[in-house]
Amino acid sequence: MNSLERHLRERRDAGQSSFVPYLMAGMVPDWRDHLEALVAAGAAAVEVGVPFSDPILDGVVIQRAALASLEAGTTPEGVFAELARRPLGVPVIVMTYFNIFHHLGMERSASLLHDAGVSGVIIPDLTLEEAGPWREAVTGRDIDTVLLVAPSSPEARVEKIARAAQGFVYAASRMAVTGQAEDTGDAGAVVDRVRRHSDLPVFVGIGISTPEQARHAYSIADGAIVGSALVDRVLRGMSALETEAFARDFVL
Amino acid sequence: MTQTAPVMRDPGEDGRFGDFGGRFVPEALIPACEELHDAFRDAWTDDAFREEFHHVLREFGGRPTPITYLARLSESLGVRVYAKREDLAHTGSHKINNVVGQTLLTRRMGKTRVIAETGAGQHGVATATAAARLGLDCTVYMGELDTQRQALNVFRMELLGAKVVPVTSGSRTLKDAVNEAMREWVTCVDDTHYCLGSVMGPHPFPWMVREFQSIIGHEASRQMAELGVGTPDVVVACVGGGSNAAGIFAGFADSTAELVGVEAAGGAAISGGQPGVLHGMKSMLLQSESGQIEEAESISAGLDYPGIGPEHAHLAAIGRARYVGMADEPVIEALQLLSSSEGIIPALESAHAVAWIAREAGREIPSGSTVLLNLSGRGDKDVAQVRDILKGRS
Repeated sequence: MNSLERHLRERRDAGQSSFVPYLMAGMVPDWRDHLEALVAAGAAAVEVGVPFSDPILDGVVIQRAALASLEAGTTPEGVFAELARRPLGVPVIVMTYFNIFHHLGMERSASLLHDAGVSGVIIPDLTLEEAGPWREAVTGRDIDTVLLVAPSSPEARVEKIARAAQGFVYAASRMAVTGQAEDTGDAGAVVDRVRRHSDLPVFVGIGISTPEQARHAYSIADGAIVGSALVDRVLRGMSALETEAFARDFVL
Repeated sequence: MTQTAPVMRDPGEDGRFGDFGGRFVPEALIPACEELHDAFRDAWTDDAFREEFHHVLREFGGRPTPITYLARLSESLGVRVYAKREDLAHTGSHKINNVVGQTLLTRRMGKTRVIAETGAGQHGVATATAAARLGLDCTVYMGELDTQRQALNVFRMELLGAKVVPVTSGSRTLKDAVNEAMREWVTCVDDTHYCLGSVMGPHPFPWMVREFQSIIGHEASRQMAELGVGTPDVVVACVGGGSNAAGIFAGFADSTAELVGVEAAGGAAISGGQPGVLHGMKSMLLQSESGQIEEAESISAGLDYPGIGPEHAHLAAIGRARYVGMADEPVIEALQLLSSSEGIIPALESAHAVAWIAREAGREIPSGSTVLLNLSGRGDKDVAQVRDILKGRS
């Protein structure tokens, strides 16, 4: 078992819900300060986006963050170097699209991620069937490849995904791209289906944007992933100090 | 040229064309791709479905399209040029073949709505046309820049009952229209089919669209035999995503004909790109040093795509087909040449193939050779733009 999964299982077994916020690397000049603020607020782990030009699972907010980051000249290697510079004290999960790693080379990506202290990756366009070579590349480097389950995933597929999953299972709360929503959607049903086939921690994401929704996610699952709500505010100029205060409300 | 292994066959359950193809989409879309795969496999082996497909293309789509011997052009170039006249198909291009197939499949799957992406508007107009015929709801995603450049096509789609949604993200062109259509598809897979316009995207699209378009090549092969010409020495088609090329190549892949795809020089994924993953497929893509997808730049909106269908990447890798880039300038000249010498105004896309023949006749194409050109679309949509370009020069 890799360290990310161990960490999240320990939290779950101790009855702690996990708040996992997402920020896009390079979207604002002081993005590292915001990450540290999130950790100070009590994030169990942080998800760091590496910008890609064509993010097909992202809604307008994260698209805007990716664009801002790319315009600022962010590169994958630059992000990894920045993450390697100083440990955050909680697990770092990198989220990006497969072409970024494919282009760098899978071996090289795995090695750079390892050196940066990254302990998990979420690659939304790399599903189970295509993930073989990638998972081989990260094997032995203490990096978990997190898989998603969607409301549309049929039972047999959930079973297959659950068997191959590492770290935690990402339960997509709705049939949608990332964004801010009014409720937690179909999260309950998706989490139930995952639970039938896996004892891994299950985190709810896609649309979770208020402390109330996060608390509901904590009541049905082991954690919540919050991206667009946070990214939107940071893009609008929220300071790192304000980020810490905003994030505290999501921590139980 | 002798073939050792058959090409352009069924890519199997995982949709691989050698190193290319596959299915790289969000988990939420996997069931829809699998459903489509099963539905297409089932339909394509069902004689009744094929019969209806051919019937609609005959009675509604204007098929078979003729082959025209381009006498004056041939004489001046010293090679014998035959044109497969997809410009004469309904809606003015080969796009109708694919959308008739996909809308029949939509109905067969019990879905009531289609969404599509479009660049210049050809595929959008074709989709709106086929959807209107079957009474399907239709929404077309089009880059905001393209809606301005092709305002008449927006109106055509609206006349046909479709809703056109301008895409304001990214470069606001075709690439982003595909992104937006995929994002939208995630939210409505239950009742909506994504009618993708080319031999690209996640499996089964590249295979399915090639099969629907292969009617071009199979017709042409039969017609060339009937004309007493037989197998041409060279088959030439323009390539953006590559659907018209895949369609005509499919009729000659196992023959001795040399296969040539002509890309826009500013969107030459084979010669200027690297392997990568975009829009659900692994293929050759124009990319920056750090793996960001780059904008294609071409005079023709239909070739303005930074990638190419995965089967073309494979055909290039194994040397069965070759792909060349063509700059804007000779394309305009070729459009004028075909217009004035043969009475056919080709689409700017198709003019890329004409330009290659004009340039290479007597060089890479030995004098006396027989060339089959896929004239994929008519140029009416482009005349205003061409007029402006020519005016700008004088």
